[in-house]
Formats: sequence, C-alpha cells, structure tokens
Amino acid sequence: MTGFGSFFMQLVRDVWTQKLRTFLTAFGIVWGTVAVSLLLAFGQGLYIHQTRSFAGLGDRIVIAWPSRTSLPFEGLGKGRRIRLDESDIDFLRAQVPAIKAISSEYAEGLQVRFGDRTRSVDISGVTPVFGVMRNLIPTEGGRFINPVDMDQRRRVVFVGNEIAEDLFGESDPVGQTLFIHGSPFQVVGVLLAKDQDSSYSGRDHSMMFIPGSTYRALTGQRYINLFIFKAATPDLNAALTRDVTAALGGRKRFDPTDTQAVQVWDTTEMFVFFDAFMLGFNVFLGLMGVLTLVVGGIGVSNIMNVVVEERTREIGIKMALGARSRVILSQFMLETMVLTGVGGAIGLAISYGLVAIFPHFGLSEFLGNPVLEPQTAFLTAGLLGVVGFLAGFFPARDAAGLDPVTAMKA
Amino acid sequence: MNWALPKRRAAAPPSNGHIIQMRAIRKVYDTGKIQVEALRGIDFEVCRGEFVAVVGPSGSGKSTLLNLLGCLDTPSGGDYLLGGEPVAGLDKDRLADVRNRRVGFVFQNFNLLPQLTALENVEMPMLFGGIGRKERRRRAVEGLEKVGLGDRIDHRPTELSGGQMQRVAIARALAMEPDILLADEPTGNLDTSSGTDVLSLLEELWNQGSTLIVVTHDTAMARRANRVIEIRDGLVVDDQRTSTARDSAASSDGTAN
Repeated sequence: MTGFGSFFMQLVRDVWTQKLRTFLTAFGIVWGTVAVSLLLAFGQGLYIHQTRSFAGLGDRIVIAWPSRTSLPFEGLGKGRRIRLDESDIDFLRAQVPAIKAISSEYAEGLQVRFGDRTRSVDISGVTPVFGVMRNLIPTEGGRFINPVDMDQRRRVVFVGNEIAEDLFGESDPVGQTLFIHGSPFQVVGVLLAKDQDSSYSGRDHSMMFIPGSTYRALTGQRYINLFIFKAATPDLNAALTRDVTAALGGRKRFDPTDTQAVQVWDTTEMFVFFDAFMLGFNVFLGLMGVLTLVVGGIGVSNIMNVVVEERTREIGIKMALGARSRVILSQFMLETMVLTGVGGAIGLAISYGLVAIFPHFGLSEFLGNPVLEPQTAFLTAGLLGVVGFLAGFFPARDAAGLDPVTAMKA
Repeated sequence: MNWALPKRRAAAPPSNGHIIQMRAIRKVYDTGKIQVEALRGIDFEVCRGEFVAVVGPSGSGKSTLLNLLGCLDTPSGGDYLLGGEPVAGLDKDRLADVRNRRVGFVFQNFNLLPQLTALENVEMPMLFGGIGRKERRRRAVEGLEKVGLGDRIDHRPTELSGGQMQRVAIARALAMEPDILLADEPTGNLDTSSGTDVLSLLEELWNQGSTLIVVTHDTAMARRANRVIEIRDGLVVDDQRTSTARDSAASSDGTAN
C-alpha cells in the first residue's frame, strides 16, 4: 500500500494542474450523459403524459349514444329515433355477461348558484361505477356518488376542480351547499386534478356530477343521453360493442348490424393507435439515443487519445526512472476512472437538475414532465465511462510498451 | 492492491570492478525505407569510480550509446553486462528495475514532470522503487540539500532556473543510489555560469565516489573527466585516460595529470 496514497495525491495534482485537459475529458462524458438522459427522459415523460391524458377520458371505456336507425328493419323505416331509459341499461347489464361495468349518463347545462355567484354548468346524472370508469377521483376528504345516494335520490354533487375553485375560491367545497336548478345540493367531493385531452361533453374539471336518480327527479328527464361500458379487458371491447348493439337491436327492434342506431366510440382504439405511435416514437428516440451515445463516445475517446498522446512523454520519463508499465497503467487507469466517474456524476446531476426544474417552464401541459429512469441514466453514464476508459487504456498501454527513449521523443 | 514494487536489490557488481562491459554493440534504426546504423560495434568497459566523457560530432552515435547504457533503448546486437549481469534478454519489468536501481539518468532537457514540485520529482524513482513515504521524503530532502536546493523543495520546475532544474534532475537521478550516473549533454541547455555549477556538482559527486558517464560537447567537461572516449560514425575511435579513477586514487587531490 506504500505507493497508493502518493498515487492518489499525484492524481489530484495532475487533475488540478491540467485543468483544461481534465475539463475536456469530463465534459465529453457530462455532455453525452446529459444529452442521452434527457432525450430518453423527455420521451418517457411524453409517453406517460399522453397515456394519462387519454385516461382522463376514462379507463378504456366504450361510449355509446342512442341515435337514429340507418337501416330498415322488419317493416320499420330507417331514420327512426332510438331512445333508451334506465330499464334498457338494466337489461343490458342482465343480458350481456361480457359487460364488466356499465353506466347511464344524463346531461344538460343547468344554472348553478353558490352564494351570489351563478354559473351555467354541464350537469351529469350518473351512477357510482361511472366515477371509476371515467377516472373521476376525489381529492382527500371527498367521495364520489355512492349507491345510497342513488337509492335515496340524495341531493349530493361531485364537482370538477376548476368550477369548484371558481365558485368556492380558497374555502373547502366539501360539505357546502350550492343550488342546482333551484334545489340545494351538498358537495360530497371535488375532482382530483387530472390530465384530459379529449372529451364528449366538456372537460370534467368544469362539470358537476349528481346521482342519476336525483337527476331524473330534478329535471323530469326520462331518456338517457348516453351510456358508457367496458369489457373485462380492453381487447374484448370490440366484440362486446357488437354484442351490445345486437342485444339492443333485439329489444328496440333495429338491425343488429346497424351501427348508427346506437353510435359508439371505443376509446380503446385511441390507445391502440397511441401505443403503436409511441412504439415508433420510442424506436426513434432509442436510435437517436444510440447515435448520441456513439457521437459522445467518439468525442470522449478522441479526447482520451489526445490526452495519452500528450502524456506519452511523461510515460516515457516515468519508465526512464524505472516505473514498470503496470504501475504506469494503474495510475493512468485510476485517473481515467476518477475523471469519467466525476464526469458521469456531473452529467447525472445536471440531467436530474434539468428534469427537476422543467415543470416550472410551463411546457408540461404539452410535453408532459420528463421522467429520468435511473437505470437508463446510469447505463448511459456507465457506457460513456467504459468508452472513455478503453479509449484511454489502449493508447496508454501502447505508450507503456515503447522503449523509454521512443516514448520520451513523442 | 499492491502498488509498490518488491523491495529487492539487484545483485552487487562483481569484484573485478567493471561496472559496464560492452561487446560489439550495434544499433540499427530501421525507418522502413532505409536502415541507419548508429552504432557499428562498440567495445568498452567502465570501472567503478571513473568519470568518462563521451565526445564526438553530432550524429556520431554518442547519445544512442548513452541510451543503451541506461537501458532506455535496446541494442540491435552485441552483449551488454551491467554490473556483470547481461541486460539483453531481460523482460520489461526487469529492465524497469535496472533503470530504477542501477542507473541514474540526467537529460539535456531535464525531463522533470512539470506538475510536480522539486521534492516530488526527486521522490518519483523512489516511489517506483517501493520506498516508504517517510523514507522517500527524507531522502528527497537530503538529496535536494546535497545539490544546494534545500530551500526550493516545494517549487515547481517552471519556478526554477535551468541550472536549478538540472540540479533537481541530478538529485532525482541519485535518489535510488545507482551504481552509475549517466548524463546526456547535462549542460547543453544551460548558460555558462549554470553550466559551470552543474559541472562542479558532477565533479564533486565523482570525488565522493560516484561513477559517471557524460556525453558532452563541452570541452571544460571533457577536461575534468579522467577518461575521454571519442565516438565517430558509430565506432570508438579514441579512448584516453587522463587520470585515474577516483576510488583507486582516493588520496589524490584530483589534479593529477
């Protein structure tokens, strides 16, 4: 162990006195690490953001609107209006076993008043399972509509987070009373803010949800505006949609192949498309990442090459003084390891720093927030480190293999 | 992790006093197209306590000879015994040990490591020789004091004059107490007064019993040596002893003709 301390002191001194060289070596690794890490982090962030935004509409649900027939059926003309009420939904729930969850929805813009503030708000009458299907998650201290609310037609309301802020300001809306269509409703929950980039009747953050039973009693509306349903797994949604159409066709007497009588929007298709898109996007990003790594690696190895060339004379002098090549190489490798290690660490720190401050730039709504996966980041830094190390090692080994006189003349 | 080298001294030179024996040493530089024969069969011996000046015109091969003597380069042919032991055929590590323990080398352009202080430069060979930190430091300080730089130990080469740098280099060359000190134009890059200082230092070392081989253009240097070897076109053309070696003339005052 005699020499180790001295080696280390010398290393520290070398690094300190050769600031430019040190800087360039470390910089190559820092740069490569940051570039690749951020590229992949933004890709991942975008993916998560988009997936979550899609999920804002619901958890891979099918949305269906009763509409008009487009085909004649059993003597009935086309263009006939199809209306559904709660009993049809009960029928589907009982007759189509593939349905995992189904909920009706009644919707209308109604006057809402709280204190002296009056707003026109999209009010939806829904069932408890609607909240789960559409990812309507309450903030802490609140809840969504429950079965008892339905049974007893309670006047309770679940409010979107933005309309809640608009009406209630800083105060906690839960437990407060507001008036919908002139009737008092108690707020039982507020929507936890979520990303949502698609909708069919306005964004959830500006809507209010009340029990369907209460809605019917309040407005006298009998027919549902739409209903949503889903199968056990997203890939079964398409088949389930055909089953639902056929079952309703039998009950309401329209052609079971008439896709216009009850129009559907299978949101799973959006996920399928998006997954395909993201796969392509990730391949692209991965390719860019690899290319960046290669470029970074070439940069690092170039620098290491220059460093060794520059130090060949020093290697020659040390050999002339009686250093064995193993000793020279150990020293060189230690130095390279410390440099690449420090470079990698700085690169990681910068990447994590940028990822951490990115949400403050106000671009998150479009790009999402970058997510740096530790294994990616460390792999990048590690790979560049190994490249730098090897790029330094081989020329150094060659230099240490020369006759001292030749090395000193370099 | 054992960074230190084994603490083992090479065998002592044989009793016949020949520290260096060269037989038919040749050195050919192969530049691809042409072959340059720098040394064409050198024969000579050096005894312990001699101060040999190697002179000759530029390109005569005298530096090549010195590099071969110091095992900084490998001969193309011939036998070289250093302290009675053949050098040819030693592996790289053994050669490194020979350079470390047997010879001390002083270069025309000093070859100090610029990022290290004078003290650390002198410690360098002892570091490779596996000498402990405290002992290393003690001997380095002692060595620098001996060459008159006791007050400059923490200076870097850039903060030293040429003469001072060469004295640091001499202290470094002596650090491992080598059997022989080799110097290639040690005053070649120095002004006259620094050159005189370095020359006096070398002469003093000789008086204290060191064996020196110095390649030089400097006639003053050649005059102080006890033996002058002249090289021309890769051959020894003249070999004259002007006085006796120091250890065999220990009582002499060094001015003997």
